[in-house]
Amino acid sequence: MSTNLLALLPELVLTITGVLVMVLEPVIPAGKSRKPLGWLAILGSLLSGLAAFYQLQIVNAQGTLTAFYSTIQIDPFSIFFHLLIAAVVLVTLLGSLDYFESPITHAGEYFALVLFGAVGMMFMTSSVELLMVFIGLEISSISTYILAGFRKGRATASESSIKYFLLGSFATAFFLYGVALIYGATGSTSIGPIAAGLAITRTPTMAILAVAMVLIGLGFKVSAAPFHVWTPDVYQGAPAPVVGLMSTAPKAAAFAVLLRFLFNGTPMLHGHWILLIEILAVASMCLGNLGALKQHDVKRLLAYSSIAHAGYLLVAFTGTHQNAVAGACFYTATYAAMNVGAFLVLSQLSGFSERIRSIEDFTGLALKRPGMSALLGFFLLSLIGIPFTGGFFGKFYVFSGALQNGHVWLGIVGLANSGVACFYYLRLLAAIYSRPTSDSVAYIPVRKVTAPAAVALAATALATLGLGILPNKLVHLVERATPTTTAAVAVQPTQQ
Amino acid sequence: MLAYTIYISFFGALVVLLMPKGSRMAIRTVALLCAIAGFALALTAFVQHGTGELTTVALAPWIPSLGIHYHLAADGITLCLVLLTGVVAIAGVLFSWNIEQRVNEFFAFYLLLIGSVYGVFLSYDLFLLFVFYEIVIVPKYFLIAIWGSTRREYGAMKLAIYSFVGSAMVLVGLIAAYVVAGSHSMDLAALASYRYPLHFQMWAFPLVFTGFAILAGLWPFHTWAPTGHVAAPTAASMLLAGVVMKLGAYGCLRVAMTLFPLGLSSWGFHVLGFGSWRDVFAVLAVIGILYGALVALVQSDFKFVIGYSSVSHMGFILLGLMTLNQIGITGAVVQMISHGLLAGLLFGVVGRMLYDRTHTRELGKLGPMNLSRALPFATVTFVLAGMASMGLPGFSGFVAELMILIGAWRVSPLLAIGVGLGIVTGVAYVWRAMQKAFFAEATTIIDPHPPAPITLPEKLGTGLLLASSIAVGLYPQMVLRLIAPALNTPLFSGLHGGGW
Repeated sequence: MSTNLLALLPELVLTITGVLVMVLEPVIPAGKSRKPLGWLAILGSLLSGLAAFYQLQIVNAQGTLTAFYSTIQIDPFSIFFHLLIAAVVLVTLLGSLDYFESPITHAGEYFALVLFGAVGMMFMTSSVELLMVFIGLEISSISTYILAGFRKGRATASESSIKYFLLGSFATAFFLYGVALIYGATGSTSIGPIAAGLAITRTPTMAILAVAMVLIGLGFKVSAAPFHVWTPDVYQGAPAPVVGLMSTAPKAAAFAVLLRFLFNGTPMLHGHWILLIEILAVASMCLGNLGALKQHDVKRLLAYSSIAHAGYLLVAFTGTHQNAVAGACFYTATYAAMNVGAFLVLSQLSGFSERIRSIEDFTGLALKRPGMSALLGFFLLSLIGIPFTGGFFGKFYVFSGALQNGHVWLGIVGLANSGVACFYYLRLLAAIYSRPTSDSVAYIPVRKVTAPAAVALAATALATLGLGILPNKLVHLVERATPTTTAAVAVQPTQQ
Repeated sequence: MLAYTIYISFFGALVVLLMPKGSRMAIRTVALLCAIAGFALALTAFVQHGTGELTTVALAPWIPSLGIHYHLAADGITLCLVLLTGVVAIAGVLFSWNIEQRVNEFFAFYLLLIGSVYGVFLSYDLFLLFVFYEIVIVPKYFLIAIWGSTRREYGAMKLAIYSFVGSAMVLVGLIAAYVVAGSHSMDLAALASYRYPLHFQMWAFPLVFTGFAILAGLWPFHTWAPTGHVAAPTAASMLLAGVVMKLGAYGCLRVAMTLFPLGLSSWGFHVLGFGSWRDVFAVLAVIGILYGALVALVQSDFKFVIGYSSVSHMGFILLGLMTLNQIGITGAVVQMISHGLLAGLLFGVVGRMLYDRTHTRELGKLGPMNLSRALPFATVTFVLAGMASMGLPGFSGFVAELMILIGAWRVSPLLAIGVGLGIVTGVAYVWRAMQKAFFAEATTIIDPHPPAPITLPEKLGTGLLLASSIAVGLYPQMVLRLIAPALNTPLFSGLHGGGW
């Protein structure tokens, strides 16, 4: 297999499966179940995960792979994110396989869009060329814009989709503008040459502006405050499994790009962007947690929590290069496990109609759905950061990285925030386990949990637990995931 | 073997959770057996351990790349507190024998709490210690929020938030200590032997100490304690006051003071008469003693009286720690044991014996019920427990308070005077509560529904707690022989200054 094909193998697998799903969709008569398409998509995501694993073997044996005129770089860093994205997509697909068992006829599109979105995300993590990153960003964004509005006919769904699309396009424009400026400042849009160009640039101000632009664009994607305003509305309107997906996988990809860009591309400007990162981190943690305190809608609550978690993740960036990569990778993985899990439980409880939404609706849930309540409770405890869950170790890891680099006040702000955060998570938890006030539980239709959904739930729960009890394996992996820029610099002449 | 105290409790929690819903008796029995097993293990270790020096119980790598180990160890202080946990755990199960609602979950959370408390006391790796310390919050929250009474959701939430904020402060301090020492190890001994720079200790000490002391009811961060105790079901308030608050005090001694002993030294200047963090915390502790006692004096809810008395008694512990001399710190540890036993007993009387029968805790309403006739056992128990908590000779409280008083006197007679006033006020509020609840002017009307007689489990629990308190009171050498050598190990060498 040529290096080029090998480097894109996971993305190729997903693209082919996605196209197949689209092609087969009209073949299945209207009114028939779209489930086989879902199974096909699941197979595709599984294969792409395996492909990423295969890449890992190759990289372990031969070292970093570069392809397409060194615009694509396959190293442990990108493979980690490939595996993570493949896992999130797989779990989301398993969990939403039976989500559409209603008169919805366009379920096939859903499966294809999830796959296409994943292609974009994976592409973002392995590109070391900002224009390629931009393409990946667009592929992933456009898919998620559509997915956000998938509960058609509801005002909130349309609001969700439109809002996401308008603000999202605006943000990508910022990103692109940043790329243009960095080209102006350094003469390149490739990570390695950018780093080299910054050393001799005569327009450092332009470069700083460019970094700020890129940060704004990606800050929007990861819903970091003050670019977070879209998050609650979009999460509220989007289908629960989609929220689980879009609050984790695209964010992971955007964080991967940020890590590469900031630490490999613009290390010379560290003194400048670290300040911006600190501001973003503090703002996200504080606004996210304070915003969540007053929420009644569970999805909105989790949206604010997701803003706060983006803040925790940004704290990781204040560590040294290795610490930042390790901390951010670990935290994205744990956050993916627990947040996808939480939204899967929501989607299983309330179904496509989403009748159960406010905290009041959850009152006394434990009596009717003990298993689901226990799972949701477990994910909430992990989001709080209780020991023996991934959330706890993630926080510990991230904050110890930040403290190691002397950001003591950031650590204090962050951990004080997690004290505030326990209030709203516990409020939901308390509602679940308190006695039902009126007929709050009575009208909840019990949806049977199907086998694929059970597998997905079990996988997320086990991952959350495993990362909490035995984080050693993943720590070991992420500690050597620090990407290098050597390859990109070495092959610069081929771009003539 | 001591490590099995943790495993048995956790395993018991799992077993209880999986048992069929209806089998209440079986569930209680399993919970009781787990508590007894933990107690038996603790007692064996307590008896066998001659010197009080540190022995490792379990050691295995956990996250080697970060220097984190699963390290359990016990010295004399640990052994005393583990034994205390065992005693209170048994008494707690006996006093919650009448729980009828969601029995599985109740005892599962109960055993989870017990197991984590054992874990905190036994941990010798700070990461592990923190893990157990945080886990304690979860069952504590649920026990109050689900099975509690007065304003239980408010009480539970307040307690959880105070705990989380406290532990966040501790975590910052621990990570900072770990990082400054070179990020090699989270082992307590390794970190305690590292010589941190003075300026670092000056901010890290108050951070970690306050973080732990929040859970120990340090004034003015004590407000969670009375509301939490009042809202909690009997067994939970027994555990909360009996052992969970001790976790805070234990953390202050075991972690904050051993890691950052220089944080207690003089600032070199004076602000409002305070010359060091030690002065600050000692004064806060005395304020806590007096404030808790005075507030207890005017409460009309019986459980609030006990709740505030806990704040007052925990003040003694913190003051004992701040004396920084051997007798004061030893007294603080004895007070941990003593208050653990007595607070458990007092909450047992008020929460289980009285409230479950009369459905009121108002002193004004309890008085006319002529309880000294109707419930003589409860009356005698409360009189004994009250006397013990006043610090009468023959009970554990006397030994502890005397030692703390001597220790405080050596530091400053002014502190000792404050403590003395606190002890006098202590007599007053116990006397007042006793008089109002049990020996008030009885109404002539005979209650057509006399309260149910005291059951056997209650009597057993009472006997166990009282006997332990009297044993420590009559033969304090039993615990002192273990505490003193532990305080003279290298771990505490940073504290062995001039006044030691």
